[in-house]
Amino acid sequence: MGVAATGLLVGGIALSLLWAPEDANQGFSQKIFYIHVPIALTAYACFGVGAWKALRLLWTGDRRYDLESYTAIHLGVIFGLLTLVTGSIWAKISWGHWWTWGERQLVLFLILFLFYSSYFMLRYSTDPGSRRERNSAVYALFGVVLIPVSFLAVRIAGTILHPTIFTHEGANLPGSMLLAFCICLAGMLALAATLYRVELAGKRIDASMRELRELLA
Amino acid sequence: MSQYAADVVALARKDLLIELRTRDTLPAMVLFVVSALTVFHFALPGGSSARAETGLLWIAILFTGLLGLARAFAAEREQGLLDGLVLAPSDRSAIWVGKTIGVSAFLVLAELVALPAFALFFHPVTWELIAAVALADIGIAAIGTLLAAIAAASRSRELLLPLLFLPLAIPVVIGGVGASVAAHPGSFLGFLGLYDAVFAILSWASFEYVVTE
Amino acid sequence: MTTSEKYVTAAYLVFLAAVLVYLVIIALKVGRLEQDLAELTRAAREKRSG
Repeated sequence: MGVAATGLLVGGIALSLLWAPEDANQGFSQKIFYIHVPIALTAYACFGVGAWKALRLLWTGDRRYDLESYTAIHLGVIFGLLTLVTGSIWAKISWGHWWTWGERQLVLFLILFLFYSSYFMLRYSTDPGSRRERNSAVYALFGVVLIPVSFLAVRIAGTILHPTIFTHEGANLPGSMLLAFCICLAGMLALAATLYRVELAGKRIDASMRELRELLA
Repeated sequence: MSQYAADVVALARKDLLIELRTRDTLPAMVLFVVSALTVFHFALPGGSSARAETGLLWIAILFTGLLGLARAFAAEREQGLLDGLVLAPSDRSAIWVGKTIGVSAFLVLAELVALPAFALFFHPVTWELIAAVALADIGIAAIGTLLAAIAAASRSRELLLPLLFLPLAIPVVIGGVGASVAAHPGSFLGFLGLYDAVFAILSWASFEYVVTE
Repeated sequence: MTTSEKYVTAAYLVFLAAVLVYLVIIALKVGRLEQDLAELTRAAREKRSG
């Protein structure tokens, strides 16, 4: 999986930078989207996986899922932060400001970032145990429901609060751009999957160590 | 089914009766919201728009709601009643329904003072705003009750509840302010209704997972 | 390099930096785990022979 991730990502980036044609309107700066959007989509995917694991925890009561849900959400927050940073850089190029409320994706991610940061506050301030696991799982489910609700909210907010700037979300990418984009997306998802496995293994080993230490003490 | 409804009514009545006797939550909420509105007057530089004032009303409502929610499980905690409630044979989600009704009632009562105060201090209140406030109350109470139960399990419940609550409350503010100031409030009110439906169902379904030991 | 090229490069570099930082964190963690494991193995051996 790691090999696939590296290959896909490197290939995708190379393609996007060297081969795909420049966007007529935005010029070279449009090329940020080859990583910004895949990062955003990967973040969504991580939150989705986190919520799915949370659901499985509540459904089956199998405590393994707690760590898996937590790892997925942790990864999602990291990708979310990267989304905000790359999106901010793009905003700087396009409008000269590091932040703009008119960019719907960014605002949506800010809301989600705040929400999932609260998730971590929840975990840190609750003592470990089945209560923390269940509370975290429920909150993770709320998060994934919040995604479409916030999307809708930010969309209608655009009509009264801030002028919505219609931007790059054209699905009419010419073939070569689309190919480069898809490869980058696949690479990013593969990267997330690899990191997920590694992090999960690390956390599981941590837990086993703790148990070992107690047994030997 | 009717046993469920009876449980809900009993739980809601219990909360309201306790409040009637001790009177420690509602007066605080009312005083808080009026004080907040007063502070807002001084916080707004002269010549501020009616829109800005309306926005601040919604902030006041949110934080008054948080105040009421912080007390939602306080009494139970202090007297260990929640354990007693959970052990009762009723379906645990009935606790959620009863509590949500209680919190909504407190919010509505506080707003019966807050909205006229707002009209007095700032500018008249439209029907759309009242409708939006009513819808928002349901949403705030619904998710707030669930989040209060989650926060009750943590070591720093007073800190955690606002943190958990505010990101989820952002859509409510968007819907509420939108309905209050937009030319076509219909879609915002519809959105608030959708929010209420979705999160009420989710909160109702997940409540029992949050209160079991 | 034009301005926009600089910014685009910056964005890609931020991403790369994040991945590398992550790698470093994991590497440190693995090192710490190795140490802990050695310590615990030693403790287990002592317990065995003790």
